[in-house]
Amino acid sequence: MNIFFFKITILIYFVGTVFYLFYFSSKKDSFSKFALGVTAAGFLFHTIALLLRTVESGHLPLSNLPEMLSFFSWAMILTYLVLEVRYRIHILGSFILPLAFLFLASAAAFPHEIRTLQPDLNSSWFGIHTTLSVLGGVAFTIAFVAGLMYLIQERLLKSKRFSILYYKLPSLDLLDQLNQWAISAGFPLLTLGILAGAIWASDVWGSYWVWDPQRIFTLITWLFYLGMIHGRLTIGWRARKAAYLAIIGFMGVVFTFFLVNILAKGPHRFI
Amino acid sequence: MNIVLVGLNHKTAPVEIREKFSFPESLLGKYLSQLVASPLVSEGLILSTCNRVEICTTTENVPETFDFLSRFLFESSRENPAIPFSQFTRHLYFYSSEDAISHIFRVSSSLDSMVVGEPQISGQLKEAFDYAMINKSTGVILNKLFKKAISVAKRVRTQTKISENAVSVSYAAVGLARKIFGDLSGKTVLLVGAGEMSELAARHLVNNGVKTVMVTNRNYQRAVELAREFNGVSVKFDDLKADLAEADIVICSTGAPYFLIDREMVEHAISRRKNRPIFLVDISVPRNIDPKVNSLDNVFLYDIDDLQSVVEANLKERMKEAEKAELIISEEVETMDRWLKSLNVVPTIIAIREKVESIRKTEVDKTIAKWGREISQDEISAIETLSQNIINKILHFPLSVLKSEAHQSHGQQVIQTTRKLFDLEAEENQILSDSGVDLPHPDASPESQENPLSRARESQDNK
Repeated sequence: MNIFFFKITILIYFVGTVFYLFYFSSKKDSFSKFALGVTAAGFLFHTIALLLRTVESGHLPLSNLPEMLSFFSWAMILTYLVLEVRYRIHILGSFILPLAFLFLASAAAFPHEIRTLQPDLNSSWFGIHTTLSVLGGVAFTIAFVAGLMYLIQERLLKSKRFSILYYKLPSLDLLDQLNQWAISAGFPLLTLGILAGAIWASDVWGSYWVWDPQRIFTLITWLFYLGMIHGRLTIGWRARKAAYLAIIGFMGVVFTFFLVNILAKGPHRFI
Repeated sequence: MNIVLVGLNHKTAPVEIREKFSFPESLLGKYLSQLVASPLVSEGLILSTCNRVEICTTTENVPETFDFLSRFLFESSRENPAIPFSQFTRHLYFYSSEDAISHIFRVSSSLDSMVVGEPQISGQLKEAFDYAMINKSTGVILNKLFKKAISVAKRVRTQTKISENAVSVSYAAVGLARKIFGDLSGKTVLLVGAGEMSELAARHLVNNGVKTVMVTNRNYQRAVELAREFNGVSVKFDDLKADLAEADIVICSTGAPYFLIDREMVEHAISRRKNRPIFLVDISVPRNIDPKVNSLDNVFLYDIDDLQSVVEANLKERMKEAEKAELIISEEVETMDRWLKSLNVVPTIIAIREKVESIRKTEVDKTIAKWGREISQDEISAIETLSQNIINKILHFPLSVLKSEAHQSHGQQVIQTTRKLFDLEAEENQILSDSGVDLPHPDASPESQENPLSRARESQDNK
């Protein structure tokens, strides 16, 4: 049953993406209202799909790559809806929804059978570790989107081109704040996720840390964001530089979360 | 009853003509009384601003009223107009009926303004209307028309973005500052030089929340004076390099024929500001800030031409929004016009009802008189009710048809035929002389305007 809701959600997110892209390139504000309504409906279906899958599998739907991608996409939409209510930056949806759709559509490319967790992995640390890590990743995605929007608005302001986007994109200051907020939220989430993973690993394998590719790249990503926060606080890595760093960091997140998962072997290889 | 409007504005008359024919507020009451004292005019309103003078009235005789209003305007000249009447009329525009309604709605929505979308006109029109109300120079029709004009202006403002984005050079700087810094509260502006336009821009910035104003000038005394005006601080011109780091927004306007602020100075400032953005506005001609500064990260430099291009881009946006506003206006004009046309039928309906009621009463009285004491009070009441019900039922359908046909193109013809059928000339003239006309709401459908008699005579109260 969860597959049915999952497929409906993909379809709805696609429609939402189309509306948001129309909004991105046209003058009609009504497109964003349609898009928001569609997104909210999609989020409802997505939530039902995840709940059904949790009930059917008996554990959080984070045990393999498609589940991770789906949960990642769901958390992105949830964060977007919260930001939309708080800041009313409609154009944010034109960036977030295509990404969320892409993640969910990628999940559809993998087999969808429910995997039973190995008994030694089935602990409460599993939920804590994966949820915190995914939420950290989502926060870094928001920072990436804010960075991207910052660079576009900055270019428009520098080149003195007052296109539709100039009017739709918020102020540079707000985008820089959003970037900072997202990194500040994402970093502790990822840190706690790593710590929970280490405790879990110690429980299961008797060792806090194993040098597998996923852990190595996670550590690199973590150090990158640590450096970014340090640079912002002490050297003044803000505005344009912070926007670039958020984009580079996101590449690291995608690589660490998903690509290493596909390419490397180890305990984090889900597929 | 027709609406007519005669006026002149910035498009039809130069300022030297406009200023001579404006109505001073202190004399407006006198002119309004003179206006409605004319037998041609039933209701009147005068709108007088720096860009337009318009007189709007209701009348039965459109051509004569046009002549009268032209002459009235000409004779109201505050001083010797210095032009003959025939030349003066070349500056006038004349509107009646639908065109007059449309013009008033366009004026109230600021589509006819010098700067499309500037919001002041809506307030000025409201003031003119209030003035006319106080002087009791308006009645049912103009009250409805101008209330509608105010609501149309509000609808245009809320449903389009016609008033968004700055269309003056000094205000454009505020819009750009907002796009860079978002909220301006707590920001610091540095004025380099004490030019008039930079002062104006600074004033807009302060009105939009900028907290600190720093002023520097070669003539230090002038800097002190200007700083005092803004409750700000004056700083030494020689310290410009150091002070740049303190400012989020720099407005430069001096007469110096060279760059006062160069790339190295701004680089130094940005480094000290730990990359916090800095917005530089160079209003000077020749420019005082090296254009290369714009290539630095987190530095945004705009010169006078750039600001002008912002204004032009914003104006283009407004013109596009104006197209949407025109659609709203044509919709509202139609509603208002339907209401006006439906007013034409009201005296006829009242006359029919009065005539039929008079016939009924006469016949019932005759019958009762014939029976004398043989008939009881209950029976008299029953006859009254029966006869009233019969005429109500008979009249219901013809009156409904009359009301629905009244605002069609052939409405006047239908009304004329009805008058002939019921032989109403005498009754209707009496009703018109009493000025007891109905007040159907302009938004209501003709079908919903059921009982014109019950709503009649209100115009008299508004007079």
